[in-house]
This record gives sequence, structure tokens and C-alpha cells, in this order.
Amino acid sequence: MSINATPTGADVAAEETRQPAAVPKQRGGRRKPPLSENKKAERRLGLLLCAPAALVMIAVTAYPIIYSVWLSLQRFDLRFPDQREFIGLENYVTVLTNEFWWTAFGVTMLITVVTVAVELVLGMGLAIIMHRTIIGRGLVRTSALIPYGIVTVVAAFSWRYAWTPGTGYLADLFSDGAPLTERASSLAIIMLAEIWKTTPFMALLLMAGLALVPEDLLKAASTDGATAWQKFTKVMLPVMKPAILVALLFRTLDAFRVFDNIFVLTAGGNETSSVSMLAYNNLIRGLNLGIGSTMSVLIFITVAIIAFVFVKLFGTAAPGSDDGERR
Amino acid sequence: MAVETTTRAKLRWGLLDVLVVVFALVPVLWIASLSFKTPATLTDGNFIPREWTLDNYRTIFDTDQFVRALVNSIGVALIATLVAVVLGAMAAYAISRLDFPGKKLLVGVSLLIAMFPQVSLVSPLFEIERQLKIFDTWLGLILPYITFALPLAIYTLSAFFKQIPWDLEKAAKMDGATQGQAFRRVIAPLAAPGLFTTAILVFIFCWNDFLFAISLTSTERSRTVPAALSFFTGASQFEDPTGAICAAAVVITVPIILFVLFFQRRIVSGLTSGAVKG
Repeated sequence: MSINATPTGADVAAEETRQPAAVPKQRGGRRKPPLSENKKAERRLGLLLCAPAALVMIAVTAYPIIYSVWLSLQRFDLRFPDQREFIGLENYVTVLTNEFWWTAFGVTMLITVVTVAVELVLGMGLAIIMHRTIIGRGLVRTSALIPYGIVTVVAAFSWRYAWTPGTGYLADLFSDGAPLTERASSLAIIMLAEIWKTTPFMALLLMAGLALVPEDLLKAASTDGATAWQKFTKVMLPVMKPAILVALLFRTLDAFRVFDNIFVLTAGGNETSSVSMLAYNNLIRGLNLGIGSTMSVLIFITVAIIAFVFVKLFGTAAPGSDDGERR
Repeated sequence: MAVETTTRAKLRWGLLDVLVVVFALVPVLWIASLSFKTPATLTDGNFIPREWTLDNYRTIFDTDQFVRALVNSIGVALIATLVAVVLGAMAAYAISRLDFPGKKLLVGVSLLIAMFPQVSLVSPLFEIERQLKIFDTWLGLILPYITFALPLAIYTLSAFFKQIPWDLEKAAKMDGATQGQAFRRVIAPLAAPGLFTTAILVFIFCWNDFLFAISLTSTERSRTVPAALSFFTGASQFEDPTGAICAAAVVITVPIILFVLFFQRRIVSGLTSGAVKG
């Protein structure tokens, strides 16, 4: 129970009797002064303990993102440092009217939407298997953690060699051509590699939600004659909704950052670059800080918009809404 | 009847289990298989090597390029993990136990950073680190790693800290233990599993990173293994690097497999608790 600013008589009496037990360090019966002193010390300690973590996080993210806004307003190519000058929004016009940017944007969106959708389905299946299986639960959970833990670049090399004609066991699966030299098949392989790597993470997040489904509710549904599918859609999904939304948000924003797999599998060839890949190429290969920073800022804004949409979705998905449906 | 259904259920779950295990392990076994193949059989497309050799491993451990990268990987990941867990533990203790202004803000900010597009930091950090002369150094990698590991550490640790029965500390002091003893004998052992689990998760994150490793380094001085792999050329320029890349890939996968084998339960609980209660 919290302490009111203007305690009523009853509250004071209750406080008097409760205080020794609740806050043993306080001396005497006076409430306010010692309390605020304690509170002050607690606040000071709390801020002090959080300060280092907060400072590091802000120094390495907030300052650079502001700096990159500043860089994005300049013509700044490290190969021609003399031409550096302030050019306003010209870089944004250059990027936003460039077809490579929009191709990369489309590729990134496609990869994000497809992988997250497939992962949600597969992840749900995997979560149920990990949660419910009667035999070998430890084995399944251990195996499922391997894709999560493995270095993405390592997995990407494995997929690359698997599809390389002559070397790989999968190369002859569909046709005689080299799958990683054609656009559609390259994109499919990139998505496959992403899905393999991150489905276990999705499954773990969903499993956390699955653990919240009350066993009694499932039993009750069974006695009422619900089928397995009905139990899944009518009992499990509503309970798991918050966990599903959190998992979707995390995975969507993570999928949008796709870089490692593309770098190793196609190096962005055949128009398979993601926006991250394009920004990296402009910066490290092209040494164009102005354009690279512009892309950085645009990616940041896109991610912020996605997050905003999701949070709004959370708002509409808050407890009230599905209550209304039921009653 | 009942016996029959349970056998059938067992069979069904068993099949699903096998499916998951195969799905998870095939790519890993494939790269291991490639690493054991001789140059002659490397391109035969066989899943299981026809001739086995350890030459690929000898090659990579003989080249400075790989050994140096491995040292960088281990050093950078260990230091970043240590710092992130210490700073994260301090912040998580405050978040789970103390009342202070800005608590919600801190939680919000770390959530934002967890979802931050890392590539957005690459351009500015590249320029800032060049000016500060920490480009292509361990420190230049450790800083962004700590930053992105901190949200993970704070979330996981506050979930763990909330489960610790802190009254035990009071009880110990009541029984005559000093503050230091109460912490060492009572609280530290209770907090240790959470710290350890968090350390594993953070280490996996740092070990895995590729984007920063390839953007903020330019030489063997600080290039980590994931970045070095993409520059691999084998013993000589004319040799096919596939075998060497696979061997190096297997070497950096071994620690992950060991973590997963020994600490599966902890990793699962760490990832799920952080997700729900965070």
C-alpha cells in the first residue's frame, strides 16, 4: 500500500502500527522526514547504479545517430575530402530517387514479411513440440538452441556450400543451374537461411507465452468436447496474444536488419541487397559518408515507424478489446 | 486401449522430435563434414566425407590470419561480456529493488536500443572512431558490443533478480552477519546462476556479430573470426579456401555447441524469463 501525501486519521494509525515491520531501519514514530531521507538515499543509489549503463548506451547510440543526421546533410566522400560541404537535403533526394535504394527496400520488406510469417507458424509448432513432447524434451530443446547460438556467418557459409553446384548436397535439388546466381532462387535461399537461424528464437519467446496457458482451461475445453484446433484457436491463442505480439515485434525489427546472410550468400549480387547491405556498401566500399549516413537515418526512421505501428497495435490489442468480443 | 494411444502418441512425438533435430543439425553437420574432406573429395557433393583428413585444421592453425582472429574474437567477446554483465547487474539491481526517478525511462531506452538498426550506427561510428583513433582496435569493437549487449543483460538480470528472496539478506543480518557477509554468503550464491546465464547469452551475442566486426576493423589487428572468414584465401592465393573456411567455422562453433549442451536449461530459462517479465 502506498503512502498518501495527505494521510487521513485512519491511514496514520495504520501506518504507525505497520511501519516498524515494513521499514525496520526507520527510527521513531515520525513518518515524513526519515522517510524522505531514506527515499533520497535510495534514489541516489538507484541513479548511481544505473548511470554507467545509461551513459554507455547513450554515448554509443544517441550521439552517433545525431552525428549521422549532421553527416547526412553534407556532401562528404572520403575519396574527395576537399569537396565536403553542407548541401541540405540533397542526399535525401539522391537516395530517395535512386532505384537501387527502392529495390533494396523492397527486398528487405519482402524478406521481413515472408520470414516473420513463416517463422511465426514454424516457431509456434516448435514451441508446442518443445513444451509438450513426452519424450526427449531435453534433446529437442538442445538441438533447437543450436541454430540460435551458431554464428550467422558460419550458417550462411554452410548454406552457400550446400547450394554450390558440384560441392553441395542440395545443388541438384531443383534444376541444373546454380541457384545462387539467379535472383528468385537467391532470395529464397536467403530467406531459408534466415528462417533456419531465427525460428528457435521465435519458438522460445512463444514458449514463454505457452507456459502461461492454464492447464485447467485446456482440460475444461476438452471435457466440453473441443477439438485440438478449437483448443488452439479459442484457448491458447488468446492467452498467448501478448507473447505473440512481443515475439513479432522483436523478430520484425531484427529481420529488417538482415545483413550477414546476404553478405555471405550473394554479396548483394543479382539485386538481392538489403538496405543494410546497401548502406554498408556505400560507406565501406564506396567511402561515401554523406550517402551512407543518409541511408542510416532513413533506416532508423523506417524502424521507428515499424515500432510505432506495433506499439499502436499493442494499444488496440490491450485486454479490453478481446473482452468486448467475448461479451 | 490406453496403452495403445500412449504408444501411438509417443511415436508421433518421437517423429516430430526427429524432424526438429534433423532440421536443426543438418547445416552444422554439413559444414563439419566439409571441413574433414580432402581437397580431392571436397567437390563430390557427398554429405559424408569419403576420405577424412585433418589437414584443413592444420592449415588454419598454421596461418597467422586465423590464430590472430581467434585471439581477437575471444578477447573482445570476453571483455565486452564482463563489462556488460557488471554494468547490467548494477542497473538491474536498481531496477528490480530500488525506487528512483527515470526508472521507466531507462527500461524504455534499453528496449529501444535492443531494437535499434545496427547499420544506422555504422556510418557515424566509423567516422567518430577514426577521429578518436580507436578505429580498428579492440576498444572500437567492445564499445558497440557492450551497448547492444546491455539491454539483453538488463532485461535478463532484472527478471532473475526479481525472483531472489531478498528477505534472506535481512534474516542473515538479524543472525549477526555483517552487510558484506550477508552479500557474500547469501545473496551472491543466489544471484550467481542468473549472472552466469546472462554472461552466456551476452557472449553468444558478441561472438556472433558480423556487421560491426567487418565495418569497424580493417586489419588483422582487431578483425574477429566471422569477419576474417570472408577474407580467407587458404594457405596460398591459388588454393580453394573452402576447406579452411569450414574448419575455421567449426572451430568457432565448438564453444557454442558446448554452451548449448551443458547449459541448455539455463539458456532457455534466461531467454524466456527476460521475454515475459521484461
